[in-house]
Amino acid sequence: MGEGRLMRLERREHRPIGLVVTAPIIAILVALGLSGILIALAGAPVLEAYQRILISAFGSRLAATETLTRTTPLILTGLAVAVAFRARVWNIGAEGQFYVGALAAAALGSQHGLALPGYALVPALMLVGAVAGIVLLLLPLALRLRFGVDEVVTTLLLNFVVLLFVSMMIEGPMKDPLAFGWPQSVPVIGDALLPKLVERSRLHIGLVFAVIAALIVFIVQSRTVFGMEARAAGLNPSAARFAGVPLGATLVKVACWSGGLAGLAGAIEVMGVKGYVTTDLSPGYGYAGIVVAMLANLHPLGVVAAALFAATMFVGSDGMSRALGVPSFIADVTVALSLLTMLVALFFTTYRIRR
Amino acid sequence: MTSSPVLRLEGITKRFGSFAANDNITVELARGEIVALLGENGAGKTTLMNVLFGHYVPDAGRVLVDGRELPAGRPRAAIDAGVGMVHQHFTLAPNLTVLENVMTGTESLLGWRSRTGPARRKLTALAERFGLTVDLEARVGDLSVGEQQRVEILKALYNDARILILDEPTAVLTQPEAQRLFEILRVMAAEGLSLIFISHKLHEVLAAAARVVVLRAGRVVGERAAKDTSKNELAELMVGRRVSRPVREAGAPGEAMLTAEGITVRVDGVRRLVDCGFTLRAGETLGIMGVSGNGQTTLAHLVSGLVHADEGVLTMFGERRERENPRRLVALGVGRIPEDRNSEGMIGDFALWENAVLERVRQPRFSRFGFVRRDAAKAFCAGVIERFDVRGGTSDTRTRLLSGGNMQKLIFGRNLATTPKILVAAQPTRGLDEGAIAAVHEEILAARRAGTAVLLISEDLDEVLALADRIQAIVNGRLSDPVVTDAIDARRLGLMMAGEWAKAA
Repeated sequence: MGEGRLMRLERREHRPIGLVVTAPIIAILVALGLSGILIALAGAPVLEAYQRILISAFGSRLAATETLTRTTPLILTGLAVAVAFRARVWNIGAEGQFYVGALAAAALGSQHGLALPGYALVPALMLVGAVAGIVLLLLPLALRLRFGVDEVVTTLLLNFVVLLFVSMMIEGPMKDPLAFGWPQSVPVIGDALLPKLVERSRLHIGLVFAVIAALIVFIVQSRTVFGMEARAAGLNPSAARFAGVPLGATLVKVACWSGGLAGLAGAIEVMGVKGYVTTDLSPGYGYAGIVVAMLANLHPLGVVAAALFAATMFVGSDGMSRALGVPSFIADVTVALSLLTMLVALFFTTYRIRR
Repeated sequence: MTSSPVLRLEGITKRFGSFAANDNITVELARGEIVALLGENGAGKTTLMNVLFGHYVPDAGRVLVDGRELPAGRPRAAIDAGVGMVHQHFTLAPNLTVLENVMTGTESLLGWRSRTGPARRKLTALAERFGLTVDLEARVGDLSVGEQQRVEILKALYNDARILILDEPTAVLTQPEAQRLFEILRVMAAEGLSLIFISHKLHEVLAAAARVVVLRAGRVVGERAAKDTSKNELAELMVGRRVSRPVREAGAPGEAMLTAEGITVRVDGVRRLVDCGFTLRAGETLGIMGVSGNGQTTLAHLVSGLVHADEGVLTMFGERRERENPRRLVALGVGRIPEDRNSEGMIGDFALWENAVLERVRQPRFSRFGFVRRDAAKAFCAGVIERFDVRGGTSDTRTRLLSGGNMQKLIFGRNLATTPKILVAAQPTRGLDEGAIAAVHEEILAARRAGTAVLLISEDLDEVLALADRIQAIVNGRLSDPVVTDAIDARRLGLMMAGEWAKAA
């Protein structure tokens, strides 16, 4: 309580559209400024460091395609989280769903898997990955709907279960006998690999699928009955129930979208980048998806931009680290900081300070 | 009022931009006096109290406590001068005991351990003196709403408040709890405390206060001694024009639209309705009266399709319908006014048009191939806004921005726009101000005239007596036999409310 300078927070009557658009940009600039302090403390020139990040992320054909390759799974896991959080299904398990999607696609895409012609195999494997992700999320959701078990805990812990399961499979039944003892799964056959978007790079057509997925999610959320009911269930469950929205069924559908997108991310990563599963297939794409979704304020189109930002930081910081000797963990710090500044910025699009 | 005032708000003016929320308001409070501050929502009551508490710096005017001026904009100064506030929404921690709640914030953070002994003695003395009985060791979360309010009052008194402001204290209370509160207030005044009682409910103001100050549009428009005024006069002062609640004219009941026989409903294993029976006829209003918490919520939910009967027969439009869901009922022609606008009726962050159509969005009129027909939905909403005089927004406005009265109009509108055969209205005027109440009553009467069978569930006796053709009392989940409203007298009413149905018959 200050000396006559008491500040009060007031809910804004309208969220000014200009502010809604500029808030994320301001948030990211502030985050970059704050991590600049850390870079300076590490003894490196700040502006040059950021320049290095940009060059390393986009400075060459190789760099740019690499950044976009990393953007692809982040878009899909970001969407998976955004869809779930919108309806207040707290899916922290995108990482696990990613891996079961990947594992399922690898298993059915290998020599002993589905015997389908090339044009049908890719869509079939994407579907397989999505279904695997869906099943993995429906388990904890069923526990929540039936017994009220908090899905934050169950989805989070399932990630570790899944990772150990993947380990077991690629050391055992699915182990590639030709991999010189490395723990990796049998590879998918050539027909199951996604076409490259740019020759002689890792960038594959999965990026296009991811962006299309974002558009579809956007349309479904804003234009369909299901989207409206899912938002209602998230914003005010008792009002939704009163209006006759079947809450359980709606949340199950939401979980199908969410788990399916995360599983799809895993399948696409296997078919597009590596061709087989290892336990480092994902450097935390599922968890980063949470950050991406929050950065995008759960907006499906915002997810695309947020995923690009996160990928830029992750890819760019490696190059910067090599050039200037600043630890590449600075990328994690910057992304985490931008999440915090974003939350503050979003707060001020809804509230204002009054003296 | 011979002694000098303990509190004087002098010429308070507070503007927000060009809008004067308070315009030269002067209010005095004497020692041992209860003054009611009466006004509709938005009349400036809350702003005035924020000025008193130093949350706002007034543009003109000053606040005097015991003749000494309080520095503007310093919340601490008002509290130190002995002014205490009991908020409408309690500021208690449910997981702490009463004693812990009261002591929170009063102790030094550097103290080695909490000294509960003196606090306990002081509280016990205060509770005894003012009749504020409450178990100091009880967890606040386990207390009833009325008891929690007593804790709030105790908290203010513990901080040595001599002037107590109660902001809409009865809004959350049942009628007996409110009566109990008024007794406590009278004891407190007799003991020399001074009280300001903020309300927009006329009968409570007259029951509790000695003097009534009426605010309208930021100005004091009248000041009356409670014994020299009437509800009608106060209503007129408050609204600024003659408001009379509309009156029910004789109706001609038609055929039975809804009959319930021997209905028993369990919610989470507890029997909320027991062996209930009633008949609802076209063009007739059946009033269910009773103190809230006696099964009204479950009854409303039953007819709204949210819960189902465990025993008994529910017949609607001539067919047994026991497991219908809300959507199906809406499609059949059941209009539903929920008990709680904010938690059940509306989604605050939805646009008005979304709230207007949510319960019927799956009908072909509002969706096709799973896509929402936004144009049709917005047109429907615009029609409701127009026809039911919803003010404060267009179809695209976020619902949160509407006042309670306008939200209620939108809820009535979305139900009545399609002329339902049955209308279930649960506590339809709870929390509304006088003007909005009249509008809601008019809608209920109009629906009845149009041939709708109305089930009115309300704890407001005046409302039930004014609107219902027949009345049944609800006590402990049981319904009395119906009584024709015009044949009812005060004695019989009291017996019905008390559950003494054999004597009332």
